[in-house]
Amino acid sequence: MREPRWLPWARWIGLGFLSLFTLTPIYVMVTSAIKPLSDVQGDFHWLPTTISLRPFVDIWKTIPLARYFGNSLVVATVASLASVTVAIFAAYAISRFKFPGRRIFSVTVLSTQMFPGILFLLPLFMIFVNLSNVIGINLYGSLTGLIITYLTFSLPFSIWMLVGYFDSIPIALDEAAQVDGSGPIGALMRVVIPAAMPGIVAVTVYAFMTAWGEVLFASVMTDDSTRTLAVGLQGYATQNDVYWNQVMAASLVVSIPVVAGFLLLQRFLVQGLTAGAVK
Amino acid sequence: MMFMVVSTTPRPDAGRGAGPPSGAPHRRRGRIFARIPVRFRRLSLPYLLILPAILLELLIHVVPMVIGIWMSFLKLTQFYLRNWSAAPSVGLSNYRIAVDFDSAVGSSLLHSFLVTVVFTVLTVALSWLLGTMGAVLMQGAFRGRGVLRALFLVPYALPVYAGVITWSFMLQRDSGLVNHILVQLHLADAGDRPFWLIGDNSFISLIVVCVWRTWPFAFLVLMAGLQNIAGDLYEASAIDGAGWWRQLRSITMPMLRPVNQVVVLVLFLWTFNDFNTPYVLFGKSAPEQADLISIHIYQSSFVTWNFGSGSAMSVLLLLFLLVVTSIYLVATSRRRSDA
Repeated sequence: MREPRWLPWARWIGLGFLSLFTLTPIYVMVTSAIKPLSDVQGDFHWLPTTISLRPFVDIWKTIPLARYFGNSLVVATVASLASVTVAIFAAYAISRFKFPGRRIFSVTVLSTQMFPGILFLLPLFMIFVNLSNVIGINLYGSLTGLIITYLTFSLPFSIWMLVGYFDSIPIALDEAAQVDGSGPIGALMRVVIPAAMPGIVAVTVYAFMTAWGEVLFASVMTDDSTRTLAVGLQGYATQNDVYWNQVMAASLVVSIPVVAGFLLLQRFLVQGLTAGAVK
Repeated sequence: MMFMVVSTTPRPDAGRGAGPPSGAPHRRRGRIFARIPVRFRRLSLPYLLILPAILLELLIHVVPMVIGIWMSFLKLTQFYLRNWSAAPSVGLSNYRIAVDFDSAVGSSLLHSFLVTVVFTVLTVALSWLLGTMGAVLMQGAFRGRGVLRALFLVPYALPVYAGVITWSFMLQRDSGLVNHILVQLHLADAGDRPFWLIGDNSFISLIVVCVWRTWPFAFLVLMAGLQNIAGDLYEASAIDGAGWWRQLRSITMPMLRPVNQVVVLVLFLWTFNDFNTPYVLFGKSAPEQADLISIHIYQSSFVTWNFGSGSAMSVLLLLFLLVVTSIYLVATSRRRSDA
């Protein structure tokens, strides 16, 4: 494309504005996390007067952050691994078989992604509460209930993304495996899964992020012992005096795993996330 | 972007995002499958493969949706929460109260709905605008492009609560960055700083925070869309003497139209249903000026413990979204076939 002479200027101004807008909160988060308490009380300081690592020690004492962290870790790990396993089989069926109902299945699953969460919240709450009366399984306030819920949240997108990855693997590879005597499942295990591994890892990270960041159901479906980070972090705000340096330190600590994962797998995730819309 | 290329080959036999890339390997595969001796297995295997996904979808999405519709016809107040089978049916009364705009319940629901509509229109428009601007300006190669792209994705990758809590710190009246800058620029009086998380300003705050979170998604998808536009189009038009603006108007925007249609729809649904941003930004009680519909239903359900009424509001919300989405899809597909 031929670029007019002013374009580099427009580029620096436009992208500069976007960078400033994007980065300011990140800057505030990182610098405030290393401020002593006096720096976050009273007027805002651009730079810490002294660099203090105290907030990173104190965050674990002000609220039971370690427990919330553990809960989030268990919920997000189990939910994402289970979700990706279920999604692999479903995506393989959609990618490699023609069967009646295939299109209905894909469309229905994907459309649930777009429904308001609040629509499912009240009934699920009632189901979980009443289920313990009927069959004695207590899903309300348990990590299991949260895991099942989250696993379904990431399922539609995971299936959709995996179908894309599987479609890009030549069918000749499946056929070669089947000629060698393995059935369709053998071909999936020996050929398709290894070939789609980057995509599968990306989808797992996506499912992990979904569960790690979910607020609505976590706020209703958990109690003190099963609280996750999404709700637990608000605990800092209920103190009489909000320790903003600790809040920022805690936000930083809980963000690093997912942001690092996202940026490392950026290429695969972006490919999967955008493929559907671009088609 | 491998399968975007794949998807450009015509595929009459398969649905969106499904099926093999072309017809030829399909036929060959069919012959190989025919050799598998157990016919039954061949027929039932795909269904067995999708069975777990179907069961989970039924359990968490379909069944609750049906139950939610049923609940909206019940008098489901706190006395019946632990024993809902005893809750008496009230017919359409939950709906009647929700749409009776003279009653307190109905008028606050209407207010929340209107707030949500204005909020959604502004947020989607701004997110789309910033996303388009970012994607168009990132076209072509320049130093630091990869770093910048990764940077722009951070708000999207950050857990909602971590990003939004940071904003709520920045928007604090006495210790926040926003007021600090305003005072430095003499746009606000140091002794009389504005509030950003209560009152009229809370609406602006909510939009800014939401745009910050959603524009990277628009940017991401639009950038992928731009990469799919063939370079020869630009070259050919440049030979014909088209300038940068002319190319943006006559090539880039028309070619992006299908992508834009999807982006706007997804942004609309996400923004309209947004619960996380206001919930984390304002805590349990959102100010009236920023009372989005999801927060409104949530609060009215868990404050009064009247789940029947809350379910009726959720069903109304779903109906509204279905109608808007259908109209949108019909309108955009007609425009597409006209073009």
